[in-house]
Amino acid sequence: MRQIGENRSFSSATIDLSGVELLDTAGTWLVERLRTTLEKAGKQVALKGQAPGWAALFEAVGEAASAPDEAVTVDRPSMLTRMFAGIGRGVYAFGDDFLKAMHILGATVRGAQMKGSGRTGIRPAAIVHQIDSMGIGAIPVVVLMSTIIGAIIAQQGAFQLRYFGAEIFVVDLVGILVLREIGVLLTAIMIAGRSGSAITAEIGSMKMREETDALTVIGLNPVGVLVFPRLVALVISLPLLTIIADFAALVGAIIITWAYSGISPDAFIQRLRDAVDLSSYLAGLIKAPFMAMIIGVMASVEGMKVGGSAESLGQRVTASVVKSIFVVIVVDGFFAIFYASINF
Amino acid sequence: MNPKQQNPDGDTTTREVILSVKDVSVSFGRAQILDHLDLDVYRGEILGFVGASGTGKSVLMRTILGLNQKQNGSISIFGHDIDHASEQEKLAVDMRMGVLFQHGALFSSLTVLENIQVPMREYLDIPPRLMDELARLKIDLVGLKPDTADKFPSELSGGMIKRAALARALSLDPEIVFLDEPTSGLDPIGAAEFDELIANLRDTMGLTVYMVTHDLDSLFAVCDRIAVLGKKRVLVEGTIDDMLAFDDPWVKEYFQGKRARQIVPAGENLRRSERAATTETAPAGLHGQAK
Repeated sequence: MRQIGENRSFSSATIDLSGVELLDTAGTWLVERLRTTLEKAGKQVALKGQAPGWAALFEAVGEAASAPDEAVTVDRPSMLTRMFAGIGRGVYAFGDDFLKAMHILGATVRGAQMKGSGRTGIRPAAIVHQIDSMGIGAIPVVVLMSTIIGAIIAQQGAFQLRYFGAEIFVVDLVGILVLREIGVLLTAIMIAGRSGSAITAEIGSMKMREETDALTVIGLNPVGVLVFPRLVALVISLPLLTIIADFAALVGAIIITWAYSGISPDAFIQRLRDAVDLSSYLAGLIKAPFMAMIIGVMASVEGMKVGGSAESLGQRVTASVVKSIFVVIVVDGFFAIFYASINF
Repeated sequence: MNPKQQNPDGDTTTREVILSVKDVSVSFGRAQILDHLDLDVYRGEILGFVGASGTGKSVLMRTILGLNQKQNGSISIFGHDIDHASEQEKLAVDMRMGVLFQHGALFSSLTVLENIQVPMREYLDIPPRLMDELARLKIDLVGLKPDTADKFPSELSGGMIKRAALARALSLDPEIVFLDEPTSGLDPIGAAEFDELIANLRDTMGLTVYMVTHDLDSLFAVCDRIAVLGKKRVLVEGTIDDMLAFDDPWVKEYFQGKRARQIVPAGENLRRSERAATTETAPAGLHGQAK
């Protein structure tokens, strides 16, 4: 039909619709488009064979077809501009995130104090409930994961150290690595995935349904009510989970070294006493509350950013998990540098 | 226009202004939503607030509630300027207001009973038993069945959610309630019942009602005064008669369009007869509730 429209070799045309039985908007559009193109080119066009019921359809579609084509020209910036615009946006977003995180932290502390009736806003029931879901609920998965990781490190370490005839040093390797780094780091990553996503989704869906606005209107600070119990619960739960993870990983290592290298549990524990002391244990544990704060604040910031759509909820939950795992690992690196420089 | 002349009962006694919005401008980024807007709400009236979609009706409500930042102007509720109020004063003001959000915004993790008790827990120091009794009373007041109390919001129908949310808004016996499209999404019978409920509550509890609505039936049936938002400010405020007389294409289309014409004659007659009845029996009429 476009070809006919571009054909200029005739001066008048008749569009015969008598063979058409049913006509929908798409068909009408094709006919009307042809007619308007031809008319614009100065040809005579006649329609014939229209069924009587189509008049309204032709009228409605004809309006759209004869409307002048408003050429939509969007100024597309150059490739270079777009590239730098993305970077700039990222930098601004990073700054915004940092400010928001500080805001959440401040509002949490403040929100915990403010209450209409003059009582403190700390809700023990809410905190205990959160500890139950984020701490107690995470024990099985943390124990399972840590045992396996402890076992794997022990197995690989034992295989490598066997070449040097220093198999017993696998105890030092596992002990220090688990207590200082792996135990807390993996627990934090697991909690970021498990509880961080839950926090973002809960706060985000409350935001979507105006529940946070309802809280504000009632005179409650949403950050104080929603974020504070979760943050406190995380800061309490994560160190406790880390202790459990440490023990689970050591148990995994004991079993594996016994099975593969014939180091008896007694010998393992004897050697462990010499290899690690309280300080290496604390070096790992001190990091746990910081990581808990990072996970909680990151998740809350992302939750508060949720807009009106289900898609944005999904994006925010993803961003929450990815960002908190990333920052947790980076912070762990900073701790390692810090400990090294103070010989801890 | 002089507010005294807009009084639906025609009495010229000055009524107490409960909510006063003066010279308020709101813009998001470069988009100006409200431009130097003024609005007064009087004690004991039901104010219907209309305007085309996207003109900022909800923005104004959210600004009054302090959920949006405004760039200019002042808002005072119960005579407290909310920008200059202390934390304690703000809480005291919050205590005297109730809000019904468009989709209810009930806390999904709490039952209906617990939802209604949230403001009570926050502001009142009363024994749990009394709190239960009061919450059940509110449930009864909004016309819900007693067994709704222990249901979660996800188990309720749209109409029940609105009623439950209204019960929460009324939890502390507020003096003013803000309703954001209370009858949207309800069937005509449910909407009419809701209108009646609001009018009844106004009469029994001496409520002032600020109602954002698109429902012409509500406007004709229960609203004492109507304000129209257009061109980023209040175009006109007054009674239905003022609306019908006002010369603006949008207002004309809205109040005299096809859908309005089916209601106007019946609604107007009803209102006239009601008004005549109230002025005969009680000169103070609908607005004299002492609080």
